[in-house]
Amino acid sequence: MALDTLGGEDWFLHLAPALVMIATALALFGVDALDPDSTNHRAVFGVTLAGTLAALGSAIALLFGMGPELGTTLFSDQLVADEASLLFTLIVTSVTSLVVLGSYDYLEDLPDKGEFYSLLLLAATGMVLMAHANSLATVFVALELASLPSYALVSFLTDNRGSVEGGLKYFLIGALSSAVFVYGISLVYAATGSLLLSDVGTAVTEGVDQTGVLGLGVLLMVAGFGFKIASVPFHFWAPDAYEGAPAPISGFVSSASKAAGFLIAFRVFTTAFPLGAMQDAGIDWVFVFGVLAVLTMLLGNLAAATQDEVKRMLAYSSIAHAGYVLIALAALKSGGAHNDWVLAGGMLHLFVYGFMNTGAFLFVALAEHWDVGRKFEDYAGLGEEAPVASAAVTVLLFSLAGLPVGGGFWSKFMLFGGAIQNGFWWFAAIGLAASALSLFYYWRLIRALWIDEPTDGGHELDGTPTGLYVAVLVAALVTVGLLVGVGPVAEVAFDAAGNLVG
Amino acid sequence: MIIEALLAVTLLGGIAVLLAPDRLAGKLAFGISLGPLLGSLWMFWQFDGSGNLMFDSAAKSFESSLSGTTLLSMGPWDVQWLAAVDGISLPLVVLSTILTTLAIVSAWTPIDERQSQFYALVLFMEAALIGVFTALDFFVWFVFWEGVLVPMVLLIGVWGGPRRKYAAIKFLVYTNVASAVLFVGFLGLLAGLDGTITSFALPEISQAIHAGELQGVGPFSPEELATVSFFAMFAGFAVKVPIVPVHTWLPDAHVEAPTPVSVLLAGVLLKMGTYALLRFNFTMLPEVAMANAELIAAIAVISILYGAMLALAQRDLKRIVAYSSVSSMGYVILGLVAFTVYGVGGATFQMLSHGLISGLLFMTVGVIYNTTHTRMVGDMSGLADRMPVASWVFVAGAFGYMGLPLMSGFAAELFVFIGAFGAEGLQYSPIFTALGMFGIVIVAGYLLSAMQKSLFGPFRLETDYEIGRAPFHDVAPLFVLLGLIVLLGVAPDVVFDMVESATQPIVDAAAENGGGA
Repeated sequence: MALDTLGGEDWFLHLAPALVMIATALALFGVDALDPDSTNHRAVFGVTLAGTLAALGSAIALLFGMGPELGTTLFSDQLVADEASLLFTLIVTSVTSLVVLGSYDYLEDLPDKGEFYSLLLLAATGMVLMAHANSLATVFVALELASLPSYALVSFLTDNRGSVEGGLKYFLIGALSSAVFVYGISLVYAATGSLLLSDVGTAVTEGVDQTGVLGLGVLLMVAGFGFKIASVPFHFWAPDAYEGAPAPISGFVSSASKAAGFLIAFRVFTTAFPLGAMQDAGIDWVFVFGVLAVLTMLLGNLAAATQDEVKRMLAYSSIAHAGYVLIALAALKSGGAHNDWVLAGGMLHLFVYGFMNTGAFLFVALAEHWDVGRKFEDYAGLGEEAPVASAAVTVLLFSLAGLPVGGGFWSKFMLFGGAIQNGFWWFAAIGLAASALSLFYYWRLIRALWIDEPTDGGHELDGTPTGLYVAVLVAALVTVGLLVGVGPVAEVAFDAAGNLVG
Repeated sequence: MIIEALLAVTLLGGIAVLLAPDRLAGKLAFGISLGPLLGSLWMFWQFDGSGNLMFDSAAKSFESSLSGTTLLSMGPWDVQWLAAVDGISLPLVVLSTILTTLAIVSAWTPIDERQSQFYALVLFMEAALIGVFTALDFFVWFVFWEGVLVPMVLLIGVWGGPRRKYAAIKFLVYTNVASAVLFVGFLGLLAGLDGTITSFALPEISQAIHAGELQGVGPFSPEELATVSFFAMFAGFAVKVPIVPVHTWLPDAHVEAPTPVSVLLAGVLLKMGTYALLRFNFTMLPEVAMANAELIAAIAVISILYGAMLALAQRDLKRIVAYSSVSSMGYVILGLVAFTVYGVGGATFQMLSHGLISGLLFMTVGVIYNTTHTRMVGDMSGLADRMPVASWVFVAGAFGYMGLPLMSGFAAELFVFIGAFGAEGLQYSPIFTALGMFGIVIVAGYLLSAMQKSLFGPFRLETDYEIGRAPFHDVAPLFVLLGLIVLLGVAPDVVFDMVESATQPIVDAAAENGGGA
């Protein structure tokens, strides 16, 4: 059968971002295989960046109606192309572009640059496919495609104990969680007889005989997601992995991978497990997510506040932000009038967070490039020595805390406001308290940058890491720009959320 | 377009200053700040509006065609760009631009490191201040509101005195928690108006509440919701004002902040709190304010007396001026809660007057400190002998504070007392007024004693610095401020006419809703 009939009309246009990235990855492999020793870093970097930017551009073009009509399914309903998939493709490709930009300087003295970029592209492709996945089978395959290269990337610094240890933890726990997840899928399949999300949804609505089996399956899937998005209590791999990984990869895994994981959760739980029917059957997944959200917000922020090292603080802050986004699932209400608002808030937060968090980790990459040190006090005085990058990261940190200097304010407002409108005011209250606490630990870094005196006479900042500089600046500019220009993105998020819960 | 132009010039000017080399930054920032200064003076000159823009859309002056542009759609509600001024906000915009320009000039001497960053932050803060006083969409307003905070924290934290880190984090935490509380309080009102409003425009929200469209939310009845929201917002704004007992961040921030920043902090930032109280609490929910008038008046009087007594106990000139601000802002609250034309108008007038006088006193203390390197009353005496100009300006400013006739402080306090004394909605109003008046006696006590000890008597200075002539650019701003103080004292009508026309609708609405005066 020709691919055209199998894939559906214009399938290659719908999947253009993923196809561009996978083609770039394969091309890099080819070059690297032919001549592994004489890798020209500049050329490899250029090709990779061109590939990710092309993917980013095609995602934007598709989103603004320059491609085929959205809302269609491809490959016999296995994949779906809608606003949500494109919004998250946009997140993943933007983050990947920033990370590639930042990696050029970071990789300068490291071997195997070609592998690094192709693994990055393959992982990103997997994440884009996660955004398109429409059946439990493709969900799982895409998840694995995204995860396997990520394990390798986290442990890329083979001479560094932290990197290898983090990678190993990430791999072992990731493999375990995949197993748990796939077991959950098999139980759901046993109870409903289908893997397609919409068919599972229909079966659930019509009534399932073995609600116990279905319930166990859903619970196992929640646990699987919990691992992927690093929610408390399934988070313990995350601080080590994020801290040990090369800083650009920490940004990549904690932004892009988290966003893609969340979209799968949004899609699976709203489409396959319709809230009303599930609650009738006694399986209240909203409650489970509510518990996870509260635990994650509280523990993530409290742990972040007690860290001494900047990267580990950012790792825990990344966990805390997963908690905020979990409100998007936890504050849904069967028949609630503001479900689209809550869900759109979650999507918007992941979008803004992609820039804020990647930018912050890339600043850490910049500091690692300069051998500044790991602790807060090591960063003292950087504000004077590198004012532009420090100003950029200051904006990013304030925005992470939810102050209205960047788009983070809007997304938090939509999350908390939507939760209040749906009657879950306590999520908003806990979220606000948690945000106030987060200001404290973000402020520690800002204080170190601008106010504290350097302990040993300042740093020697050598080299001009242009790529890292540009990446941090772009992230900050987009974050600030989203304060004013969040409108179009919010509109897409509302459309996307409306499709899922409308 | 003038409001948008002022914002753009200030903001872009801030970026230009940030990129400029240190030695040019101060002069360049001064040049740029003339833009918003002249622009706002032109607005003041051209202003012919009347009424209050929260009640009457015809009262929106200088609203441009950009107004009403939707920035962001959030489900049923739109966030819009809405900016205009009326007789209450325009004088505050002018106050902000005047004090910013003067503060920049007064920073030329004391600020000697990281100058481009310093002046850029001051300009960013000016832009945010103009935004706070002109924006009429809640979310845009809130963005500017918090946008004032960020530069302020950094200005205190980087250029401040020895305990600047503590002062900066204390300021950040206090004002941020306050922002969160007021934000939730306002969200409560929004939830109560679900379905009746389509935007976050403050006038629209205020009018909807006055039309009785506030619904109950969750366990709260409409009245309870109004009360809860009122006090949440009151608590949030009270921190900024500040009102006793949430004033403790203020002395730390003031003492640690460099003098030009203190000038802006006391002169303009405190007014954000009272301006917001006026626009939100006392305009939107007058019936709640009137139902709790005695409580609020008691808080105001406690602020007046307690703040004054704290000032009495200080030895540091800067701390004395800082605590006296707590006392002065109490008069604003007392005037607001009176809900009479002289009360509310006098409160607004007191905001301006206090902005000028406290700015003057902080600047004078700064000039003295630049020369003597001490601010302790006990470390010096007889300064009038060696620094006649600065000393006499300080004396003049202090008398303005005490309410010497023909200076703005007299007019402001007189208006407030007349307004409060005759407040029919406020029980025991003569007692509250009399207690408030007693505050002036204490003010006179601590200012006279500080002046006598430090300025007069035989000359003595317990530091190792020689007293030289203060440069012209240190002294010139003092005379500008003094001139304005006298101008407002001699001819309060210059401002009071427009203030009065904008406060009349508030008083009328209160009489209608609360059944009082």
